[in-house]
Amino acid sequence: MYVAVKGGERAIENAHRLLANARRGSHNVPEVTLDQISEQLGLAVDRVMSEGSLYDRELAALAIKQARGDLIEAIFLVRAFRATLPRFGASEPVETGAMRVQRRVSSTFKDIPGGQILGPTFDYTHRLLDPSLAEGFVPEAPATAEASSAPTPRVTDILGRDGLIESSPQAEKGASVGDLTREPLNFPADRDLRLQNLARGDEGFLLAMGYSTQRGYGRNHPFAGEIRFGEVEVEFFAEDAGFAVPLGSIELTECQMVNQFKGSATEAPCFTRGYGLAFGQSERKTMSMALVDRALRARELGEEAAAPAQDEEFVMSHSDNVQATGFVEHLKLPHYVDFQSELGLLRKLRQEFTDANAAESMKEAAE
Amino acid sequence: MNAPAYNFAYLDEQTKRMIRRAILKAIAIPGYQVPFASREMPMPYGWGTGGVQVTAAILGPKDVLKVIDQGSDDTTNAISIRKFFAKTAGVATTTATEDATVIQTRHRIPETALHENQVLVYQVPIPEPLRFLEPRETETRRMHALAEYGLMHVKLYEDIARFGHIATAYAYPVKVNARYVMDPSPTPKFDNPKMDNCPALQLFGAGREKRIYAIPPYTTVVSLDFEDHPFEPYRFNAPCALCGAENSYLDEIVTDDKGGRMFVCSDTDYCEGRQAAGHRGSLSAAPYKEKAHGGSNG
Amino acid sequence: MTTIAELPPGFVDKVLSAQSTFRSVMDAMARPGSVQRIVPMAGAPAMMMRGTAAIALTLFDHDTPIWLDARMTESSDVVKWLKFHTGAPVVQDCSIASFALISDGAALPALERFALGSNEYPDRSTTLIVQVDSLAAGRGFELRGPGIDSVATLQAAIRPADLFERLRVNEALFPRGIDVVLVADDAVVAIPRTTRVVNKES
Ligand SMILES: [Zn+2]
Repeated sequence: MYVAVKGGERAIENAHRLLANARRGSHNVPEVTLDQISEQLGLAVDRVMSEGSLYDRELAALAIKQARGDLIEAIFLVRAFRATLPRFGASEPVETGAMRVQRRVSSTFKDIPGGQILGPTFDYTHRLLDPSLAEGFVPEAPATAEASSAPTPRVTDILGRDGLIESSPQAEKGASVGDLTREPLNFPADRDLRLQNLARGDEGFLLAMGYSTQRGYGRNHPFAGEIRFGEVEVEFFAEDAGFAVPLGSIELTECQMVNQFKGSATEAPCFTRGYGLAFGQSERKTMSMALVDRALRARELGEEAAAPAQDEEFVMSHSDNVQATGFVEHLKLPHYVDFQSELGLLRKLRQEFTDANAAESMKEAAE
Repeated sequence: MNAPAYNFAYLDEQTKRMIRRAILKAIAIPGYQVPFASREMPMPYGWGTGGVQVTAAILGPKDVLKVIDQGSDDTTNAISIRKFFAKTAGVATTTATEDATVIQTRHRIPETALHENQVLVYQVPIPEPLRFLEPRETETRRMHALAEYGLMHVKLYEDIARFGHIATAYAYPVKVNARYVMDPSPTPKFDNPKMDNCPALQLFGAGREKRIYAIPPYTTVVSLDFEDHPFEPYRFNAPCALCGAENSYLDEIVTDDKGGRMFVCSDTDYCEGRQAAGHRGSLSAAPYKEKAHGGSNG
Repeated sequence: MTTIAELPPGFVDKVLSAQSTFRSVMDAMARPGSVQRIVPMAGAPAMMMRGTAAIALTLFDHDTPIWLDARMTESSDVVKWLKFHTGAPVVQDCSIASFALISDGAALPALERFALGSNEYPDRSTTLIVQVDSLAAGRGFELRGPGIDSVATLQAAIRPADLFERLRVNEALFPRGIDVVLVADDAVVAIPRTTRVVNKES
């Protein structure tokens, strides 16, 4: 006698209850608060906001908590929420040249107007596990000084004044901005859509792709012209009011790579650009993004495009971790029906193979 | 914190309009994959987001929804999707194929013949039938534009040369209305003949790959084959152990670790309907009925 | 001049009315020649039938450029109503229109002037919404093609009288082509590009 398996609904409910308990962990340990996540795991929050395409620290912290620290799951939660929000339009371009910088480094010039500012960075920390952080650590108050009023122009603009780097393309006033979350993507894609794809793209994927260009798979001779992190104002042009309305300020990281020069009989040689921009402090992400952005410009710059990082369709189709994780993980859904069909075919082929061999050896025996 | 508020059937109206326009073009060009701006859904890509978006765009309060995965209403993903719509659209749900106006499916076409007042919505993982022969979208799009399907025939013929048969058992490519080669989603090839001249409208949604396509009712759907190697639907040669059906697609159940096997209908509604009508198989038992708990749907 | 407050209203229940209207249009497109009814009612500016108004409210938005024929364009109410309720841009160039609204069939431009899509993207084509006198009485037609169980019949009084002859370009153009939705008051019939129409008698 056979009884078909049922009760899936109850199994789901029980699994979710179990998950809620696993998420909470031991009740002897205080529950983590959103403020704690936002304040003390700030870089995780930054990543979730960037790849989740939604600037909201509180929601990102909630997503991280709900996802038990699984950042791709948290990004997914934020994206699914974002998809339900009405879209009012695109902001005015942010002026990163007017950023209130907390950190700013250039590897191309020793000194730059406004100065190099090391800021809060892991760079030059010795990666030794610090037992004093384990509990009750109170850091020394940060050193302070009078805020500098010196402007901090972008290094690429300084190069640009002498024509040493290609000019940054200027959007036409009122030109529409592509949005791959609202329109289906077609190839070849324009740079606005490519950059949007990379900004939402998985940090690990972009890191590997960017790294591969450094190792020779589409080498583009990068210099970190400038990496800056700080606060910028966001403005929205309100048609009713007829002027740009300030929406508030956000933290951004911007990376401008200065790359291999181009030139031709009609055009003086100049450096080319790769660009990266992300919410919060996301240096690894923006540097990788800038490398990949430059790699994806191969065709436009008349270079041979043979390496994976230069392959627009390959990069853009596989950069999104929410898509990737969904499809990889869908393999755990039932596939009984298609597997059964495959099994039937395989059995038939094996049977025919056995029969044919048997017939062959009979024939040999008879001869 | 702003508590999220969701629209009827979850999707916002602008998204529904976009999907609805894509559905109309898909119907007008049978088998052609219409690109659409697939949204991020509250379930993972690859788990039915395309089907869910199509269903959400067509579903109304008068509809009766059935959701199956592997032919069964009781697989966890089917339950999960059915609950999603019961919650966000408040629609009536059913497991009876006959009573449903919208059926969302993954990997099967119901055994009970569909009728004119039904829409069958397929969840599609990889909508492009040529994708495994040519990974580039720019190339496959050109091949469809020119109806240049030689590569597909070469692949099928290579199978014959190597194995003596076409070695595709599921997601078996079809040609729709004598023009577009189309992926039927990973249904077993057993189901392919049901797509041909079907009275119901068939809609296909691929969320991650952002494509919608359709087969209008009463449209010719032919499984690709060769004159000397005609298409053959596969079915394990046994009656269902529960209802005795001789013409339904079967799940293989492993009953022990000594080679014990039994075969039962993959379409649970069909099997239960037959048992209710008095049909019996070799291992029949009254199927266990789940008791309602915390409200019922389905 | 009509002010916004005086414009005919849209749907009372936007969500469910749009769903119901869409299902009628979807069924029409899936079953060419079948007459579907549009149930939800919205106000409609003069020149626009109520079926047309419901379809506009259901399918038009910022992303769909709309082309209006001369008679529709003359009515400033139509333009204002569309802008207010749908936000759809009204364009002069019918070759970039997602939808075209035709109230005066006699002045229908050559079909080739509308967007026909490309072989790569045949979906990027104009859907014509043509207001006609009747979808219940008039000349008899026979329709064949996908969506039709062998043959469907339609009685309709339409202008231009040779619309279906002109739509035969779809045969050679396929997969490019023009899809048509005929509207008579609250009745709709769709003729997608795959449908072949012939006069019944004669
Ligand atoms: Zn059975």
